[in-house]
Amino acid sequence: MRFFDNRNTLGRVFMLPAGVLLLLFLTYPLGLGTWLGFTDAKIGRAGEWVGLDNFQFLFGDSVARLSLFNTLFYTVVASIGKFALGLWLALLLNRHIPFKSFVRAVVLLPFIVPTALSAIAFWWLYDTQFSVLSWALTRMGLIDQYIDFLGDPWAARFATIAANIWRGVPFVAITLLAGLQTISPSLYEAASLDGASEWQKFWYVTLPMLTPIIAVVMTFSVLFTFTDFQLIYVLTRGGPLNATHLMATLSFQRAIPGGALGEGAALATAMVPFLLAAILFSYFGLQRRAWQQGGNDK
Amino acid sequence: MDYLESPMRRWVTLYIPLLCFLVILLFPFYWMAMTSFKPNEELVSRAANPFWIVQPTLAHFERLLFTTAYPQWMWNTILVSVVATFTSLAASVFAAYAIERLRFRGSKQTGLAIFLAYLVPPSILFIPLAAIVFKLGLFDTRWALILTYPTFLIPFCTWLLMGYFRSIPYELEECALIDGATRWQILVKIILPLAVPGLISAGIFAFTLSWNEFIYALTFVSSSENKTVPVGVITELVEGDVYHWGALMAGALLGSLPVAVLYSFFVEYYVSGMTGAVKE
Repeated sequence: MRFFDNRNTLGRVFMLPAGVLLLLFLTYPLGLGTWLGFTDAKIGRAGEWVGLDNFQFLFGDSVARLSLFNTLFYTVVASIGKFALGLWLALLLNRHIPFKSFVRAVVLLPFIVPTALSAIAFWWLYDTQFSVLSWALTRMGLIDQYIDFLGDPWAARFATIAANIWRGVPFVAITLLAGLQTISPSLYEAASLDGASEWQKFWYVTLPMLTPIIAVVMTFSVLFTFTDFQLIYVLTRGGPLNATHLMATLSFQRAIPGGALGEGAALATAMVPFLLAAILFSYFGLQRRAWQQGGNDK
Repeated sequence: MDYLESPMRRWVTLYIPLLCFLVILLFPFYWMAMTSFKPNEELVSRAANPFWIVQPTLAHFERLLFTTAYPQWMWNTILVSVVATFTSLAASVFAAYAIERLRFRGSKQTGLAIFLAYLVPPSILFIPLAAIVFKLGLFDTRWALILTYPTFLIPFCTWLLMGYFRSIPYELEECALIDGATRWQILVKIILPLAVPGLISAGIFAFTLSWNEFIYALTFVSSSENKTVPVGVITELVEGDVYHWGALMAGALLGSLPVAVLYSFFVEYYVSGMTGAVKE
């Protein structure tokens, strides 16, 4: 076993199982997907190189352009909502409350349960005829007729965004709570001695100390929202009138039931620049403030 | 300075908002449970109070368990999640140990690559993966899922375990090396026992991730007997325009229970897994 005494050899042997799986099912498909985007591949037929044809076609396709708008709208609104509500919930959970650990555990439930299954519950909540939300609002006298949550383009956009926020808030809240707990109480004591108000403490102590973790959490959140698929697929399948089609759902629809693998792959590839932009933005735009962690640079 | 606060102010700034959050976050689950025990007549009645059940029934569960392939989907989901989780965990332990402790040439770059792999979303991979799965002759088998789930499980588990291994003092390994232990013995007898909390965190998280997976299962599997619960419920329980809401909700409830129960036993591990992966 002399052979394995060399750390380079042993290291590579240890990397082998993970490496093979990832190269075969992650790196290779990533390359293959990009290549497919430049071909006219259909299901059951290998494609031929067609250059930028797919991208040109998609650029001229009004549904594809609408899906880009929908994706950006969905991502921006849902991310802002998740951040604001998540931060608020994290601040509430960080205070002294009865049944603290129980409440924290319960809060995370929407994130644990399979999204496809909780989306069915939302589908039922948004039902045109039997929606309990409409029922409650009618009883309270706020609306006259039942809301067509998933039938009207703008109502459907906001309904799906609401479901996405519902699912994402616990993740943001619990991770930000972990960040809040690392802030030393002495900073707040010092601020109190200097006469800072609650708001000033939040703005000048909590927020700057939390920025690095906010950057990471929101990068993940934006990434997962931008590439969301299940929620839309279950709730609307992209309808009504393609008003909720995201790039991911449209690429699925074109590629799998539609059979146009090349076009679907091109749509998926078109998402990559946006994802890279989001990662770079959070890395350079927000991470730079790492000095606020008391000069603890990476 | 909680003790300086008046009870009134505390209610307005803390308890009421918190209660609203809890009600909204939990309402869909209450609704799921309520609907799955409610007879059809009550479901469609506008006169009845929708928040309560007059005559609870098990008819929806009966329909689900005896007239659909639901038990089979459940079994598939368990099988796929368990096998994928253990495979990924095993591969990740070796990878994380190699990157963090063996420090072979190129280990830094490998670590970075693992992190980047974690950021690759399934929705840009499923089309080429479908082509690969088809070429390998795995289309419409459970193997297609067992082999593709590690693409998002391994990067996550490796990243998490790297953090755990880093927290184990290097001196312990040096002592063992001086006493003549091999690398394998060090890994099995020293590192792994100390990393048990990390292993549990990674395992629980990986299990829920595979249980929740949707797009690969939707794309790579087409026949009913190979489907997982999320995909089966969505694709098979909806027949045309007739929605069997009771059965759908019962399916969603039963499909959520295993992960919810598992989570309730390991909350701390789960949270440390989630926050650990973000904090690094």
